[in-house]
Amino acid sequence: MSNKTLPTWIDVGVIPLINVCLAFLVSGFVILLIGESPLEAVQYMITGAFGYAEGIGYTLYYSTNFIFTGLAVAVAFHAGLFNIGGEGQAYIGGLGVGLMCMSLDSFMPWWALIPFAIAAGAAFGAAWAFIPAYLQAYRGSHVVITTIMFNFIASALMVYLLVNVLIEPGTMSPQSRVIADAAILPSMKDVFAVFGVNIANSPLNIALFLALICCVLVWLLLWHTRLGYAIRMIGFNEQAAVYSGINTRRTIVITMCISGALAAMVGINEVMGAQGRVLLDYVAGAGFTGIAVSLMGRNHPVGIIIASLLFGALYQGGAELSFEVPSITRDLVVVIQGLVILFCGALSLMIKPTIEKLFMKFFAAKESANV
Amino acid sequence: MLSQDNTSQGTDRSPAIDLRKINKSFGPVKANKNVDLIVAKGSIHGIVGENGAGKSTLMSILYGFYEADSGEIWVNGKLTSIHSSKDAIATGIGMVHQHFMLIDTFTVLENVMLGAEQSSSLKQSKKSARAELQRLSVEFGLAVDPDAITGDLAVGLQQRVEILKALYRGAEILILDEPTGVLTPQEVQQLFDILSALRERGVSVMLITHKLQEIIAITDEVTVMRGGTMVATRETAKTNKEELAELMVGRKVLLEVDKESANPQQVLLEAVNLTLRDSAGVARLDDVSLQVRAGEIVGIAGVSGNGQTELLDVLSGISAVQQGSVVLNGVTIDKDNVLNAKDFRHLSLGHVAEDRHKQGMVTQFSARECAIMGFQDEPEFNGRLLMDNAAVTEHCTNLMQQFDVRPNNPHLKAANFSGGNQQKLCIAREIERQPKVLLVGQPTRGVDIGAIEFIHQQIVSLRDAGNAVLVVSVELEEVMSLCDRILVMFEGRIVGEMAAVDADAQKLGLLMGNAGGDDSATGVATQ
Amino acid sequence: MSDIMLIAISTLDATIRVSTPLILCAMAGLFSERSGIVDIGLEGKMLAGAFAAAAMAAVTGSAWMGLGAAIGVSICMALLHGFACITHKGNQVVSGLAINILASGLTVTLGIAWFHQGGQTPLLSGDARFFSIDLPGALAVADVPVLGAIYTQLISGHNALVYIAFVTVPVTWWLVYQTRFGLRLRAVGENPQAVDTAGISVFWLRYRAVICAGILCGIAGAYLSIAQNASFIREMSAGKGYIALAALIFGKWRPKTALLACLLFGFLEALTVRLEGVPLPLIGEVPAQLMQATPYILTVVLLAGFIGKAIAPKAIGIPYSKER
Repeated sequence: MSNKTLPTWIDVGVIPLINVCLAFLVSGFVILLIGESPLEAVQYMITGAFGYAEGIGYTLYYSTNFIFTGLAVAVAFHAGLFNIGGEGQAYIGGLGVGLMCMSLDSFMPWWALIPFAIAAGAAFGAAWAFIPAYLQAYRGSHVVITTIMFNFIASALMVYLLVNVLIEPGTMSPQSRVIADAAILPSMKDVFAVFGVNIANSPLNIALFLALICCVLVWLLLWHTRLGYAIRMIGFNEQAAVYSGINTRRTIVITMCISGALAAMVGINEVMGAQGRVLLDYVAGAGFTGIAVSLMGRNHPVGIIIASLLFGALYQGGAELSFEVPSITRDLVVVIQGLVILFCGALSLMIKPTIEKLFMKFFAAKESANV
Repeated sequence: MLSQDNTSQGTDRSPAIDLRKINKSFGPVKANKNVDLIVAKGSIHGIVGENGAGKSTLMSILYGFYEADSGEIWVNGKLTSIHSSKDAIATGIGMVHQHFMLIDTFTVLENVMLGAEQSSSLKQSKKSARAELQRLSVEFGLAVDPDAITGDLAVGLQQRVEILKALYRGAEILILDEPTGVLTPQEVQQLFDILSALRERGVSVMLITHKLQEIIAITDEVTVMRGGTMVATRETAKTNKEELAELMVGRKVLLEVDKESANPQQVLLEAVNLTLRDSAGVARLDDVSLQVRAGEIVGIAGVSGNGQTELLDVLSGISAVQQGSVVLNGVTIDKDNVLNAKDFRHLSLGHVAEDRHKQGMVTQFSARECAIMGFQDEPEFNGRLLMDNAAVTEHCTNLMQQFDVRPNNPHLKAANFSGGNQQKLCIAREIERQPKVLLVGQPTRGVDIGAIEFIHQQIVSLRDAGNAVLVVSVELEEVMSLCDRILVMFEGRIVGEMAAVDADAQKLGLLMGNAGGDDSATGVATQ
Repeated sequence: MSDIMLIAISTLDATIRVSTPLILCAMAGLFSERSGIVDIGLEGKMLAGAFAAAAMAAVTGSAWMGLGAAIGVSICMALLHGFACITHKGNQVVSGLAINILASGLTVTLGIAWFHQGGQTPLLSGDARFFSIDLPGALAVADVPVLGAIYTQLISGHNALVYIAFVTVPVTWWLVYQTRFGLRLRAVGENPQAVDTAGISVFWLRYRAVICAGILCGIAGAYLSIAQNASFIREMSAGKGYIALAALIFGKWRPKTALLACLLFGFLEALTVRLEGVPLPLIGEVPAQLMQATPYILTVVLLAGFIGKAIAPKAIGIPYSKER
């Protein structure tokens, strides 16, 4: 019934924007509920995220991770799959990156090492997504449950490895040894220094460029290749895909593996970049944020970049906020995440009828004014 | 014919249903414009019209699914307001839907009493329901086993359960929406007998159909709808199919396909002893053998669900051959030589899917993306890494021009095209490549008469160019007029074959219900 | 012999305690999914319920008030899920996920703001918790060989919520298969259009199903924080909601088989706890992390062995709208 009465720009731009605003509005109520001022909270957050150079660096550094996990979720979504396992895939992917770096860091500088690290990370991430993918495609096992289980398993596995295998002998903290200086990705500060510009210190590194390249690659994949065509068709109508001669099961597995590989790139940003080693729980929830980012960005790379920036700002702003207001912690950002998923995902069509009515009225008024 | 005097209402002569000036719009679309309709009590009243004529909307309003924007509904001489199905049921209106409203996993008893249970305890409800069901079965002659699992019943019996459901709730007015699509001709006759019996007992029946032969066969009066308005009402005895068709479409309509006789040459497609079992081990195809020659159109008649879908799946490469073989343009495909749908297409096979919504199209895709379905990997649409989107768009534009698909906009979402135009695009996609063998499933399902003519012509042209065509259709009229040779399928077997010139509905119907022909070993009579 | 008996009994005892939240959530999921609404949000409802129970119990000192709060909060989240899925025909998996993440963040945010203990709620004692109940005659028969031990340790001595959990199974069975409500519930999960044309409100039926799910998840949450443990700890549900869902699927959406599946999961988890630190033949000592991961690995294995999505209620996951 509501077939195309609204122009595209409202459908794709205005309605998602309103959904996000609703999410923030409700978040504001939550802040009120715990006895703090939402306006003050917003102020702190904005200052923290954009108010000073170091803050901006941190914001972009967080955004980099969210772009990777957001793309991962988006690619799977297009095939009709819910990859909730981005957290675990990123975690294990980072393991791959770390292992590769630690084997080769005494022989190569970062620019020679990076293709190997990317390949290793992608392979590990894809492998972690492979089993849930295979089980969904060939056994009908609910991919949501299996990927969530694999998140828990990844957690346990990484604890075991970090405590027993990778740990630097003689230390207590569960982390691997530090990667050689020359092998660590240059930070943005170093990059800008080459051009004589001095910017603040932050974990932001060249992985950001990798993230943007991945955006372009995903865009090309989905809308300009045969594989992308097949992925989107399966997402819309699996029977039609079978009719069209597409091997749906194989394509589903390939899609999930690509998804896992994208999530794994968080490892490049963190293990090879910001942290320079493999640590416990370095993913810190980025996998789940990726879901919110993808939904908010409507599963499109451009939307994902915008949404990632927003969530990066929330993360950095949230850190600042928790510093200034002791009764608020980073968990508030998780609440906002949940609300964004709710309003942009499950309730995404809620305001559409109201907008349609308003639009009709406005349109009718315009028509009569033009007469 | 009009038997008012048998009504149980004594001297009450007011019509069962009197709809006055019903209007209903969905957004900018006016589905019903000032519709008046009078159904005499104790009569069978037919309502005909094409898809989109407004008959389904009108019935939905009567049954409480929608509310009219304006107009009045008078039932048995009283002005009534119907806001929901519950109201309609309370007013004595019952509806038998085109797609049965039954729970397959429930027993017949549970289905009949659903929503009208007498008490909150199931045991109690079942007891009283069972007694009432028994009474109804006897009174109306509708025998069913109350404890049978509904999903296991034959389609004709399931329909009986639907009718019983309505009668259980005290329906005096029964609406049947396209009831015969899934029935064999013999089952249709049984349904008509039931309807006559209902009429004898004073039940008023409204029959919605697009099948003119049924209108002529059973109704007392017929109303024609077109473009949302009521165009005419006739006494059935005083009209004929041609007049009704013309009223339905607004112009003279060719009901027969205009074609020359076939000139079959070499065999291009052959099925050899195909047997296919599903995951439960049931044989969906049972030793099926057939041949399709260049220059002929072979039709497969049969009630849907008798293996036609599975046959098309195997012949198009969607399902692998389990037993037997398929020979396509000289290549043998069997267990040892497995080819998939893509390979079949490379062997010059075209396949128009039976259900364009479920298979043949992706409604959320744009038309241009639909235009290459099945051929998305072909070099003409692809570079080394990327797809050549310009080539795809151009291809779509060409198809739309050649096959008169409107609007000629490749970027428009497929869902925004009418049924006829969608089907034309699906057919264009396959025929444009001039396949040596074309499989077509339900070529004109949900397609308006104007497009039907066009589609039939395209198929005949392909045949005349020396190609082989296999058509599967549940519409007997279509099979008889379009095809040169007709095969009948029943429970996965080919149970009969005849030239189209020798065929008639009676002969085909008997075969479709497996109640005739020399090979009916089991001789299971249709109930 | 008696050593093995003791080990067997204590393992089964642990099984019951571990299975309790699974059983409650599985029955909750049954109501929801049988009506056609996918419920990934069992985890979130349980977690929110756990927090509400512990917070209320801490403030009022009464475990029963805590239970009430848990049920109330869980119903609210269930209604939110219903609002998104039923009224607004939203994607049911996404909605469930949103609820889980929301619960995850909200419980800690409110916990820190109200109790300042890093997300934990104050430790509970006395009437603020559910303690074990000795069934009549338990002490008397304690010495009777085998049967006495079974009665005293296995059957008696659990807290009220455990008994409630086991009772919900036959109650659920009765509701779903022996009442008018249950008939309609099953119908709406198979063919909502049929229910609609019979004059029954699909929306109201589904909302009722979702509320039932909310009640049961609330009890499960209360069990976690004020019965099995003495406070709320962040993320204390640890995936149990998902495991319960897997058990439900494995049990083919039927109460009796789902119960068995939950007991199976519980038994295997109790077994791994028992084997912790115990060297096994050939393998040696199993790492603690592997033990922790066992329930999750098991879930995947069980789901992998399960063939046939077709057995799910036919209309599940598809939002209902009157389409004509």
